[in-house]
Amino acid sequence: MHISGMAMPLEVTSLVKRFGQLTAVDDVSLTVRAGECLGLLGPNGAGKSTLIRSIVGRVVPNGGRVAVFGAAAGSTAARMALGWVPQELAVYPRISCRENLGSFGRYYGLRGSALKEAIAWCLKWAALEDRAGELAKNLSGGMRRRLNMAAGMLHRPRVMLFDEPTVGVDPQSRNRIFEMIEALKGEGMAIIYTTHYMEEAERLCDRISIIDHGRVIAAGTKDELVQSSFGRCSHVLARFSGDEAAIGEWAARHGGRVKESTAEFTIERPTEIARLLDEASKAGLELEDVSLRKPNLESVFLHLTGRELRD
Amino acid sequence: MILHVARTALIALRRDRGALVLSFVLPLAFFSIFAAILGRQHDSTPKVKLIVVDQDQSEASRQLVKALMSESSLVVRTKPAAEKKNAPAPADYTAETAEAAVKAGEAPVALVIPQGFGQHPVAFGPDGSGSSLELLNDQSDAIAPQIVVGLLQKAAMTAMPASMADEGMKYADKYVGGFTPEQRAKVDEGLQALKKEQASGQIGTANDASDRNAAAGAGIVAVKERAVVGQDKKSPMISFYAAGIGVMFLLFTASGSAGALLDEAESGTLERVLSTRVTMTKLLAGKLMFNTLLAFVQLAAMFLWGWAVFKLDFFSHLAGFAVMGFCTAFAVAAFGMLLASACHTRAQLGALSTLLILIMSAVGGSMFPRFLMPEAMQKAGLLTINGWAIDGFQKVFWYDMPVSALWQQVSVLVAIGVVLFVVARRVARRWEAA
Repeated sequence: MHISGMAMPLEVTSLVKRFGQLTAVDDVSLTVRAGECLGLLGPNGAGKSTLIRSIVGRVVPNGGRVAVFGAAAGSTAARMALGWVPQELAVYPRISCRENLGSFGRYYGLRGSALKEAIAWCLKWAALEDRAGELAKNLSGGMRRRLNMAAGMLHRPRVMLFDEPTVGVDPQSRNRIFEMIEALKGEGMAIIYTTHYMEEAERLCDRISIIDHGRVIAAGTKDELVQSSFGRCSHVLARFSGDEAAIGEWAARHGGRVKESTAEFTIERPTEIARLLDEASKAGLELEDVSLRKPNLESVFLHLTGRELRD
Repeated sequence: MILHVARTALIALRRDRGALVLSFVLPLAFFSIFAAILGRQHDSTPKVKLIVVDQDQSEASRQLVKALMSESSLVVRTKPAAEKKNAPAPADYTAETAEAAVKAGEAPVALVIPQGFGQHPVAFGPDGSGSSLELLNDQSDAIAPQIVVGLLQKAAMTAMPASMADEGMKYADKYVGGFTPEQRAKVDEGLQALKKEQASGQIGTANDASDRNAAAGAGIVAVKERAVVGQDKKSPMISFYAAGIGVMFLLFTASGSAGALLDEAESGTLERVLSTRVTMTKLLAGKLMFNTLLAFVQLAAMFLWGWAVFKLDFFSHLAGFAVMGFCTAFAVAAFGMLLASACHTRAQLGALSTLLILIMSAVGGSMFPRFLMPEAMQKAGLLTINGWAIDGFQKVFWYDMPVSALWQQVSVLVAIGVVLFVVARRVARRWEAA
C-alpha cells in the first residue's frame, strides 16, 4: 500500500491486544494529525508500550487496526513513514555515533549521498556533531539518549513515536530534547510522546490520552482534562501542628485527607478557604501554612488513576 | 559473619543454573568421556586396521597371516571391502594397492610379506639375515605400527615353530661341526612332524596360554618400516592440532559472537532493528555471514601460524584449506546461531556452549586423536562438527588429497550448517512480532 498524502498520519481504531488472560490494550482508538504531539500518560503496566509496539508492528493485535497514512502497521510503507525511539538505549554500544547512524540508515534502505546527508542532519539535530566519532558506550547519559533519538530519525519519518525519551537525563539534556521535539513539530511531524513526567506532557503535548488497564480513560487538551476532572475546583493545602489523629479526623469530616500533617481539600470557590480555616480554629488545630493550588495534569492523573502503587 | 557470606554465595549459586551445570555436569561428562576414550573396558580398546599382502604364499607366510588374523587387537584385511553387498569379491591387495590404501587413510599400516620370506623367515641364521617383511605406515598414527611390529614378533614365534626349529638346526649344522647322516635323518623327521602339526593347525595360533608356552623361545622376524604418508612432513601432527584446536576455539568464538544477538535482544536494539526494513531471516543471515567469515579468518590465522612457526605446508594446500575452512566455518557459525537463538541469557549461552563444545571437542577428536579411541567413540565422533572438520583437514594436509576427495566432509558440514541455521531461524521466531 502506498502512503496517501491526504490520509491521517496515524489512526488507531478499536485496538485490542491480549497476552493470555491479560488484556494489555483494550479497545483503544486515537488519531494524531500532522504537526501535532499526542501525549500518552499512564501508570507502569498500563499498556502504553504495548500500544506503541502495536503501532510499530512489533505486536500483532487481536483486534482493531493501525493505519500510518492509510498503510497497515508493519507494512513497508508504514515502517518507512514511522520513526520509533524506544525507551531502552537501543544502539550499538561498541561502535561510534556516526557508525550507529550509518547502520540504522542502511537498515532503512539509505545508501550513498542520501545516507551521508541523513547522518549529517541527525548529528546536527541531536547536537552530536563534535562527538560523531565517539563510541556510544562512552557518551554521557544525555548524549546517549539523543543518539537513541537520532537513530530513529535517519529515514526522515513523518510520524514519530517517542517512548519515555528523557529517562535518566539531566535538566540540560532534557531541555535540549524538548527543543529537538519542538523543532520536529514545527516541521509538521505527527508525534506520540509517552512519559511519566507531567511537566513534559504539559510543555510538549497538544493533546493527552491517559491510559490505565489498557483503556483510554481520558483524552483531550490539558485544560479539557482538568476541566472534566475538577471543573472549576481548586486545591487547598493546609499544614497544622498538633495531634495527627485529630487533624485526620477533622479533615475527613470536611471531605479532605491528610498526608504528613498537611490536609488537602478540593474547593469550588476560593472564598471557601475562610470557612475551612474557621472550622479548624474551632476544632483547636493550630494552622502553620495554607496555600491555594489550581489543579494540574498531575492532579488529573492521580485523580483518574489513583494513588496506589502499581509495581 | 563468615558463615553469612558463605550462605549468600550458596544462595546465589543455587539460582545460577549455568554455574551449577559448569560446576557439576561438565566435570562428570568429561570424566565419562575420557574414561570411555582411554578404555574403561578391555573390549573397547581400539583395534588396529592392518592390510596384509602375502606375495610369498608359502606355508610360513600363510601361517603368519593366519596368526595375525587371530589377534583380537588387529583387524586384518587382505582385500578391499566389496563396494556393494552382492558385488563379486574384489581382488587381493597388491603392494601397490595396499600402499594406496594407506595413503588414502583406509588403514594406518600395511604389511607386505615378500617372495622368498618362507625360505628364510627368521631374522637371524647361518645364511645371513632372513627376508624382511615390509611395513608401510602412516606417520600420523605413531602407535599402530608399533602395535603391529610387536604382534608380528609374537605371531612369528607362535605360528612358525617349524621354521624356527629349521633355522636352529641350520645353526647347529654350521657351528657344531655338521650332523652325521643319522642325526640329519632324525632332525628331518622331527621337522617334518612339526610341519605337519603346524599345517594341521594343532599349533600356530596364539590365543591361549598353552599355545604361547609351546611357542616360547622362538626367534624374531625382520621388519623394515617405511612411511608412505607423512614421510616428507616436517611436523607430523601440526595439521591435526591446527584443525583440532582450531575448530574447538572456532566453536567458542562463534557461540560468543552469536551471543551478540542476546545482547541486542536485551538492550532493545534487536526489536528496533526489526522495526526497520530488516526481517528476522535477513538479520540472522547477516549474522551468519559475519560469523562464518570471522571463523574462516580465525582458521586461516591458525594455519598461517602453523606455517610460520611449525613449518606446516600451508601454501601447497590453499584450495583444500579454502574449501574445508569455509565449510567448517559455516557449520560452526550456524551452530553458534542456534545456541544463541535457543538461549535466553548470556549466562545460559555461556554454560550451554561450554558444555556442548567441550564434549563435542573431546568426542570429535580435537583433544585426543580419534584413531586412538575405541570403535564406538570413533563413530560417535562423526556426530560432531569437529570430527568431520578434522577428517577433512587431515585429508588435505596429511594425505595430500585433491579437493574432489573432500566431497563427503563438505556435504556433511554444509548439511549440518544448513540444518542448524534453519532450526535457529525457527527458534528465533520468539523475537518476532508477538
